[in-house]
Order: sequence, then C-alpha cells, then structure tokens
Amino acid sequence: MNKADYQKLVKRKSPKENWIKNGILVFISGGILGSLSELLLNCYATWLSIPRKDAGILVILTLIVISSLLTAFGVFDVLVNTFKSALIIPITGFAHSITSAALEYKNEGLILGIGANIFKLGGTVILYGVVSVYIFGLIRLLLVGG
Amino acid sequence: MTHKYKNVYIKDAFTIAGPYESDGPLSKYFDVKYQKDLYFGEKSWEKAEIKLMKESIEKIMKRNDLSENEIDLLIAGDLQNQLAVSDYAAAKFKIPFLGVYNACATSSESLIIASNFIENKMTKNCLCAISSHNMAAEKQFRNPTEYGTPKPKTATFTVTGASSILLTNKKTNIKIESSTIGRVIDKNINDVNNMGAVMAPAAADTIYSHLTKLNRQASYYDLILTGDLGIYGKEILIEYMKTAYNIDLSNNYDDCGTIIYDLDKQPVLAGGSGPACSTLVNFSYIYKEMLKNKLQKVLIVPTGALFSPTMVFQKESIPAIAHAISLEVEL
Repeated sequence: MNKADYQKLVKRKSPKENWIKNGILVFISGGILGSLSELLLNCYATWLSIPRKDAGILVILTLIVISSLLTAFGVFDVLVNTFKSALIIPITGFAHSITSAALEYKNEGLILGIGANIFKLGGTVILYGVVSVYIFGLIRLLLVGG
Repeated sequence: MTHKYKNVYIKDAFTIAGPYESDGPLSKYFDVKYQKDLYFGEKSWEKAEIKLMKESIEKIMKRNDLSENEIDLLIAGDLQNQLAVSDYAAAKFKIPFLGVYNACATSSESLIIASNFIENKMTKNCLCAISSHNMAAEKQFRNPTEYGTPKPKTATFTVTGASSILLTNKKTNIKIESSTIGRVIDKNINDVNNMGAVMAPAAADTIYSHLTKLNRQASYYDLILTGDLGIYGKEILIEYMKTAYNIDLSNNYDDCGTIIYDLDKQPVLAGGSGPACSTLVNFSYIYKEMLKNKLQKVLIVPTGALFSPTMVFQKESIPAIAHAISLEVEL
C-alpha cells in the first residue's frame, strides 16, 4: 500500500473530533471565566476604591495564583481535559505552563532544573509576546500617533 | 529475517504493575501491584521506574533460586534517554549487560537477541528486563507531567510497569518457537497523537513476512497480538492486512493496548502503550493462559514508534518497527 493510500485509510479509521461541541463548550466555559474575572474586577475596584486599571492587575494576579495552586495540587490538568482551551488561552494557561515546568524539573536542582526549564513552554509566549508588542505598538504609533 | 529455534524456552516471567494497570481487567495476573501512587516511595519518576525494573529482576532471581553468577546475560530496555533506567537497574547486579532500544518493540528485540544467544549455545540462560513509566515517558517525550493539554481520541496512555523474563535452554512447557526481525517502516505519518497509525504498517509488514517465510496461514495461531496500536490502530491493521496482503485477521487477532485497560471506564483514550504494555499482557495473562494450555500457539508482535521529538520538530515523519515472536506450548 503506498503512502497516499495509507493516509486515506488512516483518515477514514480515525475518529472525528466534535469541533462544534468542543467549540460551544469552550465558548461557554471561557465566557464564564471571563465574566467571573469581570465581576472580580468590579469587586476589587469598589472594595479597594482603586481605578479599574489597577484592579485589572489584581485580577490577573489572582488568576495566576489560583491556577498555579491548582497546578500544584494536580487539579488543573484534569480541568483542562474537561474545559479544554477555555483554561489554556487566558493568563491561567500561561501560569499553568510555568508552574508545571517548575514542578517537573525540581529534582534536577534550582539552576539546571527549575532555572533552565521553567520557561520551557512559556518562553515562546514571552518571546513572541514582546515581539508583537513592538510590532503593534509601531503600527499604532504610525496610524494614530501614539 | 525469520529464524526457528529448537531449544529456547521460557523458564519464568515476573510482572510488576502500576496503579492504573492494577485497576484494569488483568489485575489478578500481575505478580506485584503498586496501587497507591506513581512514585513507589522514590523521589522522582525516573527513580521510581528504576525501582520497578530492579525489583522485577531481584524477584525473578529469588523465585527461581538463582544467584547473580548463575545468570549468563541480562538484556534490558526502557524509554528513557541513554537507557537510564536499564543502566541504573543493571548497575545493581553483577551480570553481563546489554542495553537495547526499539521503543515499545524493545521487549521482542531483547527476547530475540536472547533466543539467538541460547540457540547458538553461547549462553545457557538469559534474563530480559523491560520497563516503562507513564510520567517519566510524558516528561521525556511530551510536556511536563502536570501540564494539561486537550488530547485527541487517538492518543494512547503509557503503561507503568516492569517485567523480567527468564529464558533457558532447558525444556519447559513454553517454547520460543520462531522469531521474525522486522524492518523499519515509515508511511509518512507525523501525528504524535496517533501512534497506532504510525505503527500499524510495521506490524503488518512483520506479520506478513513471518507468515510467508514459514509458509503459515494466520489461522495457524490461536492468537496474534500486536503491542500497543490502540483501538483505532487495531482497526487500521485489520483493514491493511486484508487490502495489502489478503490476510484475514478478524478472528484471532487482538492488541495488548486494548486489553490491559478497561477502555470504557479508565481515562486512557485509545488504550495503553509503552514497552511494558505488551510485556505486561504477554507475560502475565497470555503466559499464564498458555501454562494452563488454554492457548497453544501465540504470535506476539510488539510494535514500536521510533519517535524522536527532535526529528518531528524538524518536520520529519515517525518511523516504526515491529518484531514477531512465536510462543508454543510444548508438553
């Protein structure tokens, strides 16, 4: 059997992922997470009498702490299996990638283990995050003048 | 390459299973079961796997009343870089050692090498040890173990366990009757979450070559068992054999990856994988069924995806291999 025929056979025998069901699930669970964050933002702004911008930073910090703790307790990966990318896309996923890498390499020591591997997954986000900030910043500067 | 053997026998087999495997349908066939967690009292996944392999070697020696200098050769393999698990386990014993790697087909590779040593009268006996560890394998080949990522239905779950198999030139009831060394087959599949599709053509090639060289029909065997194709890989293999070689496997064929777990209840997606997947099934359940004479002729075909994350990142596809061993009851 040649390679092309074989790939057709594999495609036919492999189960289809339910994109619509997964999409709806992620839309709803991601939306709920976003709404809860918005609620938390309003609470922080009201309780602490701080501007919404500062409250936003506190919300991000809260989400990072919660997802890191859930990762440490071994719960986050189970939640991802249920809610899929709804938990991976926001800042929670980034915190999860850092914490899980740190946990994984603790046996190899502080320098060559945790230090060298903590950004194993998150490094990509940081690098291209910074690069995109420059690109979009430049576009904004050129279009609207800052 | 196919060879028949006249005087290679299995003296004993010792299996150790992790918690997921001990919860599965073959639980009662394992010699030792660890049910609490995947650390087994050690500090890291790698050390935990070394402990499993070391324990399986110690216990099979003890059960057969053998000392280190009575074993001629130890052949061992696992999934870790540099065969770390086998190396560190072998370091505890004063036995000449060969480390082997063919991914999840390592068990049949080690048994074939051992059989050739014994058949050619270079050794009287030989111990083959194989292990894999779910978390150590995840760390080695994929992401940090606690990192959650949605997996497709075709992904498989690495079996945690170790087994030691003692081969000898003295007659026992189970004979290694013949073996076929497979070729590396690459059908241009690069989906790391569909190893069944990667390995099925290698299994097909080896089974076909084995049956043709020995002039046998598939029905010659009571059971043909591939290593870790999973539910979808198994279906692919059945259709592949029918289309490419006109060989019907629908009656006497199964896959260890689909037997070792309860696929409906356990969170293992398409089934089990890893070198320990095929050995835990073949040398606990199948071996004991053969000892009871419920199965007489079994062809085991452990399948290995020769997966290197580096090569896949460099846009290469994944090659695969399978070696076949024919086990027969000889009363």
